[in-house]
Order: sequence, then structure tokens, then C-alpha cells
Amino acid sequence: MCRWKKYKRTLLQPSRIETALRTVMTLKPKQLFRQLVSWAALLPLASTVLVAYLGTVLWSLKISFTNSRTFPSDQYVGWAQYQRLFDNDRWLLSLQNLALYGVLFVAACMVLGFLLAVFIDQKVMAEGALRTVFLYPYAMSFVATGLVWQWMLNPGNGIQQAVRQMGYPDFTFDWIIDQDMVIYTIVIATVWQASGLVMALLLAGLRGIDEEIWKAARIDGIPTWRVYVSIVLPMLSPTLITVFVLLFTAVVKVFDSVVSMTQGGPGTASEVPAKFIMEHLFGRANIALASAGSIVLLLTVLLLVLPFMLVRNRSTLARVEK
Amino acid sequence: MSSVSIHKLCVRFGANEVIKDLDLDVQQSEFLVLLGPSGCGKSTLLHSIAGLIDVSDGRIEIGGHDMTWADPTDRNIGMVFQSYALYPTMSVERNMSFGLRIKGMPKAEIERRVQRVAQMLHLEPLLKRKPAQLSGGQRQRVAIGRALVREAGVFLFDEPLSNLDAKLRAELRRELKLLHKNLRSTMIYVTHDQVEAMTLATRIVVMHAGRIQQIGVPSEVYEKPENLFVAGFLGSPAMNFLHGQIKPAADSILFESQGLTLDVTPYCWRAPLATTLEVVLGIRPENLRIHADGQFQATVCLIEPMGNHHVVWLEFGGKLLSSVVSGPLTVGVDDAVRFGLDAERISLFDRVTEQRL
Amino acid sequence: MTGGTLAVRPPLRRPYRLRPARVGVYAFLLTAALFFLLPLYIMLVTSVKSMDEIRMGNIFAFPIQVTLEPWVTAWTSACTGVACDGIRGGFWNSVLIVIPSTVLPILLGALNGYALSFWKPRGANVLFAILMMGAFIPVQVMMYPLVRILATIGLFSSLPGIVLVHIIFSMPVMTLLFRNYYLSIPQELFKAARIDGGGFFRIFLQLMLPMSTPIIIVAAIMQVTGVWNDYILGLVFAGRDNLPMTVQLNNVINTTTGTRLYNVNMAATILTSLVPLTIYFVSGRWFVRGIAAGAVKG
Repeated sequence: MCRWKKYKRTLLQPSRIETALRTVMTLKPKQLFRQLVSWAALLPLASTVLVAYLGTVLWSLKISFTNSRTFPSDQYVGWAQYQRLFDNDRWLLSLQNLALYGVLFVAACMVLGFLLAVFIDQKVMAEGALRTVFLYPYAMSFVATGLVWQWMLNPGNGIQQAVRQMGYPDFTFDWIIDQDMVIYTIVIATVWQASGLVMALLLAGLRGIDEEIWKAARIDGIPTWRVYVSIVLPMLSPTLITVFVLLFTAVVKVFDSVVSMTQGGPGTASEVPAKFIMEHLFGRANIALASAGSIVLLLTVLLLVLPFMLVRNRSTLARVEK
Repeated sequence: MSSVSIHKLCVRFGANEVIKDLDLDVQQSEFLVLLGPSGCGKSTLLHSIAGLIDVSDGRIEIGGHDMTWADPTDRNIGMVFQSYALYPTMSVERNMSFGLRIKGMPKAEIERRVQRVAQMLHLEPLLKRKPAQLSGGQRQRVAIGRALVREAGVFLFDEPLSNLDAKLRAELRRELKLLHKNLRSTMIYVTHDQVEAMTLATRIVVMHAGRIQQIGVPSEVYEKPENLFVAGFLGSPAMNFLHGQIKPAADSILFESQGLTLDVTPYCWRAPLATTLEVVLGIRPENLRIHADGQFQATVCLIEPMGNHHVVWLEFGGKLLSSVVSGPLTVGVDDAVRFGLDAERISLFDRVTEQRL
Repeated sequence: MTGGTLAVRPPLRRPYRLRPARVGVYAFLLTAALFFLLPLYIMLVTSVKSMDEIRMGNIFAFPIQVTLEPWVTAWTSACTGVACDGIRGGFWNSVLIVIPSTVLPILLGALNGYALSFWKPRGANVLFAILMMGAFIPVQVMMYPLVRILATIGLFSSLPGIVLVHIIFSMPVMTLLFRNYYLSIPQELFKAARIDGGGFFRIFLQLMLPMSTPIIIVAAIMQVTGVWNDYILGLVFAGRDNLPMTVQLNNVINTTTGTRLYNVNMAATILTSLVPLTIYFVSGRWFVRGIAAGAVKG
């Protein structure tokens, strides 16, 4: 009810353009100049947002409704590209992989990152050194990470071979060439890279918790693990949501690791949407199909990220309003 | 209600000895206030009693049992913190009952305790709310409530009113005093605010640099401070200090300072005075009276109107002395006035040892 | 009740601090540390072994004979697709890309953040909100249109082109960093400067920018690391002559025909990671501050 009243009020106000014009005309030349200067300074921002962000999205959207192949065409074909997309086995597989990868990656990073943060928070010795060790993988590129793990998981020369040499001739760890298991190798490599980030963010959140709450809990006789579960985690929910959003964005973007680690293989077993789209944009020259894929990817991001951002903003607003 | 006994307590942080050889006996049902400036060790002492800080040496007994190494939750204490430390994501009711729930107390008993305390502190309408939805004063009451439901022997307060504005502070102070009157529990209260100390305490412990400077009832600590520190710490405006000498004469003892000679024979001497001594004479502003028959002369330098009284600052021999004048003011700035010192209300301190004579 | 008992009872012993819980904490942390350090160890160790040792031996084994041959090969003669000049070309390309791609976005981010937080021109908040949303847009959506735009203005497959692309993609984070930082500076300072007669650019260049050293350091660290480690943008927009080190690294390792020289590969990987890792180990707290600042969106 309140919202409708507010909406009505804005409708009945003089239009924004009118107010802007009125302001401009009543300003003294010097003030006007100042306003213009600040507007001019924001031109790069404005042009980037309008052209590079909004413009490209709309352009891609438009292409996805045409039958462009190597070159853009203006022939409108409606939803045909999207239909073709979802008839494409490789695309469906890439979506499946993304979903599986996404769930595992986010869960593993959050759990590992949280445990690392909690344990480091226990006033351990060499805390600085430990933090450095856990976070350095994040400073490496995804390509480098993928390459190292590819080497390590190589059945012939890597971990499998090493363990066999150490006296376990039947040990197998050839996930990277196994169609069913390859996606898990990408999970391992990227979790190794990103858990440190989760740890760093959660540790910052943990450190922001009032010391006196811990004291009160000690006097109340609440065991440490219970404090984390019932008191600390709920308090950290904005941070947790931020972390989740960050991780999820990384999931959707996953490209570098797959390219460097498995090249999408064996065969197409570790295909991901980003790679599918890139290949159809450049290699297979089917711009419209690729654009349709990228729009689907965009929608996935929006659908999953927006609710979380709204929840987080509402909870932070509620806290601020006291 | 339990008593608390502290015997030769030492608390060390690394190389820093914060509390050294401290002895303190808190009687049952007493409201003991630990008063002192920042860094004097009062919070450290309170946290040691609570078990939140490990002691380096000494004993702490609560209710007759040796609790030096006991966990905070086993010491039969309740504690109220400066920042309230309420669990932000739980309702008031859950905040108060969480600890009891963890202990496995039967639901009915928890209910009874929460209801009783909520009634005592007027928290009934707020039970379902979260801390973010409460005002500062309400939050503080919930913090007190959380301590009270434990039905402990001793309640510890760590500067609980510091985060409130002046008006709320005065209101909650009165509520705390009433609470103590009704519950008759032993309470140990830490503050740097002397007004809180004076109004709430049955006894005040003045602390400085990890040591107890004086223990006594408020009137005693105020009227007969043990040393220069206590004398200067309590009282607003602060006590006036004059450096000088006391000379024993034939049948009287005189205090002499630049431009001022005062017969201090009626002073309550602790030991007979043999020789001349360098001293500091302290007199509270309310005992420095401005009247036409006064012994000494000074110029009014500054007048601070306080509503029901005025603080008149006099310039005397290069020093500033304050006098509290209640009622209508008859002097103005730059007036030459005469003033007298009430010789029975002065404090004399040895200048070297700073102890009361 | 109190006096008598004090003298009689002996003090209880201080509880033994090394409880099982504490041991568990250290056990977990050390195991985790091993997991995190293992790849680094393997990278280093493999890069100084000869190929014979690698073929015969164990990936975990310490090198019997240390050789720096793989490093030299990686730097000077590894095949990066077209040429076999080693990865050093990629190194210099990356340097040429990173420097303008750090300086320009920082300047623009600072300018944007400054304008948004102090001057607040009308409608700027809408722009900012869209910019923040833009950070979530998958790069593939923007890829083809950007290719066409750059081709039209003749910057596709060139150094200025890749720099421009990096500016575009880093604008959300840079603007956010500086805007949040300037929001924490009291408005009174700005008002005082305006009363003193300062205009838009004067206040920016002479007051705000000099005050921004901490956030500039954080932004620089984030930007250098991010741009150096980038793969996909460099792959598409840089052009054959300007391929950054990450792209060349992938070429070295994944597109070689014939025998794979694992030691050279690992040496090349370390060389590629050297710059960001050095920055990380040197900057410590600043790096973490960057992550935390960049994560707080809006």
C-alpha cells in the first residue's frame, strides 16, 4: 500500500527533465560551469556504461535473434537460435557440468574457507605465515593453476605414478582422463586457488565481531563450536552472501582453468558454457548461436545473484536503521 | 549472594605487571565500586575475578570456594559489559535464556527465571524483539537481565553506563541502585565516573597503577582521602591544592604558603608532628568560603554558572582556586574578594610521600 | 567464611593448556598448509630436474641433480605457437599491457569515485548502479560487440586495444574502491576546499588525489595482479604480436607437438607467476585489504 502511494507521488511530480532545466536556468554561470565540469569528468564513465555495458548487452541480444554466422546478418529468426542451443548436446553437457561444478566448487570453497578462517582465528602461532600460505594461490593466474594441476594429476608422471612407485601398484588417480571424473579435477584445482580468498574475507568478518560477545558467551558457558554455529555464523550472513556472490560469479566465468587443464576434454567431457560460447564465436563462426548462449549465461547470473544482493542490502539497511 | 576474597593477586601481561599483590575482601550483599582512571587496572581486576583473564599469582575465592583456575561459567557469576554484548541475531528472550538452555536447564525453570527478570526490569513488551530494534537503555537492561537470570552469587559490571547519554545514565543509575536494594546481591562495579561511584557504592575502591589507593564508604573517601591521588580524583571541581610548610609552634601548628598562613591545630592528626614538614594542603571548593570577614584576599577570575550553584575561580598568588557558591551570587568578575578556609575540613598530605597526615 | 580457608587449602594447579582441541586445530592447519604448498613445491622441484629424472622418478622426489637448463629454455627458446623465442616475449608484452592498464584505470576510477562521492551530479547514481551491475555481466556477452567496436575504430588486435578493453572491464571495481574510500573522507574537508575557492579539478588534483595514497596502493596491487593474470581478454584482443605471458604460457604447454618437456613447462609456469607472486609476498596486508575492499559491493 505504501509503495503504491509513493509511486503515485512520483508520477504526479513535475518531470525530472523539467526540474533539471529549471535548475540549469536558475544557476549562475559559474555554478553552471561547475556542474558541467563534473558531468564532463564523468563522460568516460557514462560512455563506458552506455556503450560498453548496456550497448554490448543489447547488441548481443539483438544478434541472438538473427541468423548471423560468420558475419552479422539482419535476418530476424525469433527464438530459433535458442531452440537450436538447447537441442545441442554439447551445450546441454556444458550446462550440466557448470551446475555440478558450481555446486561443488561453492560448497567446497565455503566449507574449507570457513574452517581455515575459524581455525586461524583461534589465536594460533605463526598466524601470518599460515595466512600467507593459504592465500598465495589466489595471486596466481587460473592458467598457471590449471597447468600445475594438470601436471600433478597426470596419471603417467604425476601423483598416480608417484604413489605406485612408493609401493602401491594398484593405486589409481586418473580422473583427469576419465570422462566421468574429469570435472572433479577442475573442482580440486580451482578450490585450491580460491579457498584462500574465502578464508581472507571470512577472517576479516570474524575479526569484526565484538570481543565482548565472546566474553559473554564464555560466562554463559557456551562451548566454542556452538558460539560459531549459533552466534557467529548468523552475524556473518552479509559477508557470507558477498562471498557466495563472488564465488558464483567465478563459477559462471570458468574458462581459463578448463582451457589450460583439460582443453574441455577428454573429448567434450569437461566442456563449460564459456568455452562453448568462445568456440562458436571464433572457431566455429556461429555468432548468433554463441550470442544466444551468452544471453542464457547472463540470465543465469542475474537470476541467482539479484535475490542475494537484495537480501543482503535489506539486512544491512535494517541494521543501519537501528 | 556470595562474598569475594582476593589474596595477593598478581596479573602480568608479558613483561608488564598490571596488578601486583592486591588484596581485597568483598562482603556479601555489598555494592563495591572499583573507581579509577583509564589503565589503572580496574577492568583487569574485574576480568580476573570473572575468570576471563588468567592470573599470574594469587588466589581468588568466590563464595568461599577457590575459583582461581575455574572456568568463568563455573564461578557462579553474572557479568554486564560496556558494549552490552548482546547476541545480535537472537531475540531478547533467547539472549537471556541461551546460556541456561545450553546448560540443559528444564524449560519450565528457564521460563520462570526469564519471566521474573523481565518483570523486574520492565522488559516484558520487548521479549520478542531483536537487539537492533531496541534503544541503548533497553539494550543495557537486557544485558543486565541476561546476567540476572543466572541467579548468580556475584554480579560484575564493566562500565555498563559509559555508552549512554547523560540523561539515560542518570536514570539507569537509579534503577541499578533500586535493583541492588531489592535483590541484595553482591555487586562489583567498575567505572571511571566518580558520580556513579559515589551514588551507587556501599564502598568505593579507588585504584591507580594497579594498586588500591583507598577503600572506604563514599563519604569517607570523599572527605578524608588517603593520598593526593584520591584527593584529586574525586570531587568536581577538583580539590584545591596549596603547597607549603607546616611549622609546629608552642601551642599551635601553622600552615604557611606564599601569602597564606593558617592555623591548622584543629586538624585530625594521625601522628604527632615533630618538625617542620613540606606539605600539600587540600581544600574542597565547597569548603572555601567567600565572605567579607575572610582571612585572605583574592581576585575573581572566572565565574561558571551551574544552575543551582556557581563555581567561582579566584586568582590567589598566581594560582587558581575554586569555590562553590550556592544560592544567589554577590560577586562579579575582577572583583576583589575575601575568602576563608574551613580548617576542620582540610586535608594535609606529606609532599614527598603524598600520604595523608 | 573467607579468612580461615585461605591459609589451609593449597592452590589448585594451573590447567594444562594443550588440550586435544588445540592439537586438532594445529593438525588441521598443518595438513591444509601441506595441501596448499604441495603444488608450489612440485612446480619448483620439477623445473630444476632433467627430463630423464622426471621420466624415471617420482613427482614428489627431490631433484638428484639440479639444473637450470629448463629455465633458460623456457625463457629463450620455448615454442609459443608461432615463434620459438621463449616466453620472454610474453613477459615484455605483459609489462607493456599492465603498466597503462594500471595507471589509466586508477586515474579514471579515482576521478569517477571523486565525482560520485563529493559532487554527486544528477543521475550519476543511476550510472553507478548500472556500472556495478555490469561487473556481473559475463565477458562472453560483451565479447563480439566489443570486437566489432574495436575493429571499427581500428584498435582490434593492438596494444591500445587491449588496454582499452582492460580499462572497460576494470572500471566497476576501480570506481567502487575509490568511491568507498572518498565516502570515508569527511565532507567538511571538501566543503572547506570549496569555500577556499577550489574548482573541480583543482580540488581533485591538489587535495583528494594526494590523500589517496593507501587506496591507490591497494588499487594498483589489485589491478597489476588482475591484468597480469588475465587470459581471455589477452587471447582475444591483444593481437599476435602483443600476446601476454599467460596466453603464451598456455601455448607453450598445451599446443606443443612431440615430446612434452615438463620441466620447461613448470619453469615457464613459475616465470609467468613470478610477478604477481612477488607482489603478493611483498605487499602482504595491502593485498588482503584489496580483496576485502573489492568484495564489498555497494
